[in-house]
Amino acid sequence: MATAAITAEREHYLNKEYGIRSWLLTTDHKRIALLYLMSITFFFFIGGFFALLIRLELLTPAGDLVQADTYNKLFTMHGMVMIFFFLIPSIPAVLGNFLVPIMIGAKDLAFPRINLLSWYLYIIAGVMMLHCIVTGGVDTGWTFYTPFSTAFSNTKVIEAGLAIFVAGFSSILTGLNFVVTIHRMRAPGMTWSRLPLFIWAHYATSIIQLLGTPVLAITLVLVVFERVFHLGIFDPTRGGDPLLFQHLFWFYSHPAVYIMILPSMGVVTEIIPCFSRKRIFGYHAVALSSIAIAVFGFLVWAHHMFVAGISLYSALIFSILSYLVAIPSAIKVFNWTATMYKGSITFSTPMLYAFGFIGLFTMGGLTGLFLSALGIDVHVTDTYFVVAHFHYIMVGGAVMGYLGGMHFWWPKISGRMYPEWLGKFAALIVFLGFNLTFFPQFVLGYLGMPRRYWQYPPEFQVLNVLSTAGSTILAVGYVLPMLYFLWSMRYGKIADDNPWGAAGLEWKTTSPPPTFNFEETPEVTWEAYNYDEIPAPVEVSLER
Amino acid sequence: MSDSPIAVEQHAEHGPELRHHFETAEQQRNAASLGMWIFLGTEIMFFGGMFCAYLIYRLNYFNEFAAGSRSLDVTLGTVNTMVLICSSLTVALGVRAAQMGKRTLLVILLLLTIVFGFAFLGIKGIEWYDKYKEHHIPGASFDASDLIRDYPQIHIDPSHEQLYFSLYFAMTGLHALHMIIGVGIFAFLTFHAWKGRYTPHYYTPIEIGGLYWHFVDIVWIYLFPLLYLIDRKPLG
Amino acid sequence: MSSKLYYGIWITLMILTVVTAKVAFIDLGPFNTVVALVIATCKALLVVLFFMHVKYASEKLTRMVIISSIFWLLILLFLSLADYSTRALGHG
Repeated sequence: MATAAITAEREHYLNKEYGIRSWLLTTDHKRIALLYLMSITFFFFIGGFFALLIRLELLTPAGDLVQADTYNKLFTMHGMVMIFFFLIPSIPAVLGNFLVPIMIGAKDLAFPRINLLSWYLYIIAGVMMLHCIVTGGVDTGWTFYTPFSTAFSNTKVIEAGLAIFVAGFSSILTGLNFVVTIHRMRAPGMTWSRLPLFIWAHYATSIIQLLGTPVLAITLVLVVFERVFHLGIFDPTRGGDPLLFQHLFWFYSHPAVYIMILPSMGVVTEIIPCFSRKRIFGYHAVALSSIAIAVFGFLVWAHHMFVAGISLYSALIFSILSYLVAIPSAIKVFNWTATMYKGSITFSTPMLYAFGFIGLFTMGGLTGLFLSALGIDVHVTDTYFVVAHFHYIMVGGAVMGYLGGMHFWWPKISGRMYPEWLGKFAALIVFLGFNLTFFPQFVLGYLGMPRRYWQYPPEFQVLNVLSTAGSTILAVGYVLPMLYFLWSMRYGKIADDNPWGAAGLEWKTTSPPPTFNFEETPEVTWEAYNYDEIPAPVEVSLER
Repeated sequence: MSDSPIAVEQHAEHGPELRHHFETAEQQRNAASLGMWIFLGTEIMFFGGMFCAYLIYRLNYFNEFAAGSRSLDVTLGTVNTMVLICSSLTVALGVRAAQMGKRTLLVILLLLTIVFGFAFLGIKGIEWYDKYKEHHIPGASFDASDLIRDYPQIHIDPSHEQLYFSLYFAMTGLHALHMIIGVGIFAFLTFHAWKGRYTPHYYTPIEIGGLYWHFVDIVWIYLFPLLYLIDRKPLG
Repeated sequence: MSSKLYYGIWITLMILTVVTAKVAFIDLGPFNTVVALVIATCKALLVVLFFMHVKYASEKLTRMVIISSIFWLLILLFLSLADYSTRALGHG
């Protein structure tokens, strides 16, 4: 552990100003990223708390921990909090906010004050959601299906809907900021083809946020209007169609899952070349596949409605389109593995998370293809098969990518190294806990256990017990990084500018960076991922 | 960094409105413009959700939509459309005045825009009040019997008639909300224009405020025929 | 841009508004809707191209943003329609 520097400490974005005002009124994208980091971590544990309660209830076949209505609230709050207050902001608002300007050689995002507004909107939404939770919660499922949500549920649908509306606005503004920044503020020489693929991933994500979230917003507004003004737009007795709600809802909510996964893919695309000491294989394929995912992702939404009552012909169309959307993801997986081929692999913590991502995302993605097949979907829809599928992608994919990214860029963000052996240990725990939690759920779903049920036939108990056991292990794996990241801020080894020997402009500035990111605006004359020119780190940054 | 001697020198080279994370005023202007256009794109999707609901229900319940549409006042709707078009003219002329540095003209045009905005909202208020008197507001007091009586040639299912009015109020309501926000934005612009903040070198807020206003006008350009003119053929 | 051009566009828009209203009262069968939407689109185009300066003073990126947004709206409308318009066929 290095001792504190003897000379006066260099000024950087963390020590430039102290005091709560300097944080709450900051327009520095790096500080805003940390504000987000604290907030989304908080909501991650709230959502996780609901998950543990769900798993606790499902330890036994009988509904003996909570009542059925309460159970409905548990899975609803788990879904809403995890999706809207953790997954969707996570990587873009933390790593994206921190890194996008630095990676392109800019001093900040295009609209720093709007960036701060984004965070405040997120906090307001979060407070509304917390208030909703403590005053009774919602029981409609995160999917708000009508007419239950509009006419029959007597829980706090309006408040939850408005909270998510505000959170959506936060998301839209972040996307807007990123797109304008990437178009207008690249440093001299930073052409589109030299951009890190993390940037391409966030560009694609931002497009989805911009084009999709407004539709969710208007849909939630209509649900609120329905409850408040009794409009009848989704009321079957007045000619309203509940399926219209589902079309409008899923038009956003399917692309939303790509908002959640694309940034993670971007992270993985940065980690793998670094720890293979090789240029990414197929740069343009990876870049364009991000855009393709964003575009195709908007064409498949009714695969969530196959058994809801849509016409068979439209189901066929959406089924075929859903197959197509898997192709760009597969392209990425091939490119990652091709990058590693004949590379010089280091099993650092970020790389472990990247490996985990590739394996688990592939499983989640392939099971998505099972679900796209109408014949199979009829049997496993609304069962634990679906639950396992999306948790493999969201948790095995997106969260692993997020953790990998946090470990990879932690030295840059904090100026400190986390303890590497603990990092590897936690990664392993996460991987084991994750698989124990969710693999049994594939089997449960296949065997017919429905989702969102608070009790089940006794023959499903063994698998449920395994799943709950896994969830406790997974929880440990998530708590560990939080603890040792905090520890490292005080006691961690002081990080070099480029402890991993990685490519990218962020590694050419100090750890942590100065407030305006660079001493001088960089001028880029090299291609991305120029690992043939960058020496591997001489000092073993991976020691204890 | 901001008070080192070199930085002070650099300060003299640009106006006070240049934010320091931008390299040049042009970059800042282009960023603001792109930002507003993208925001308008999100607004297209925001209104678009309701246009989707409108499309589906109009196809399924054409008769009810036709009858509901006939209950609106075409004259008032046409006048309101023209009011908004006039306001778009004053906005466009206002941007031009700002480009040419004509402060007084700019302030007058911005004020005229606000007047037109209020006129639109006033007329809309009158129309909504008419709907209230006719018991056409969805909810407990909704009553479509007058439409069934007035248009015996159209086969109306009263239980579906509310849908038209639900969408009418949701769409015009959301549009009116955007108008109110627009008037607020223009009040802000008028104040700062009067204080001389906008010059031929810096009138970006006028330009992007104008883009927003024109967008709200365009939404109405579509709402007018879709809500008022669904079926006005003479009934046999 | 000259103020004369703005006034010209303004007059055109006013005239088109009156035309829309008047044509609605003439029986054109199913074409009433088509005509109404075509006129509305012409008006919208005039506002976008001239009042919003897209014709004379905009870059390709602006046009991409406009076209993409409209295209995305059409995706929402048409794919939803794909469901509704085929429900009556077969078993739905």
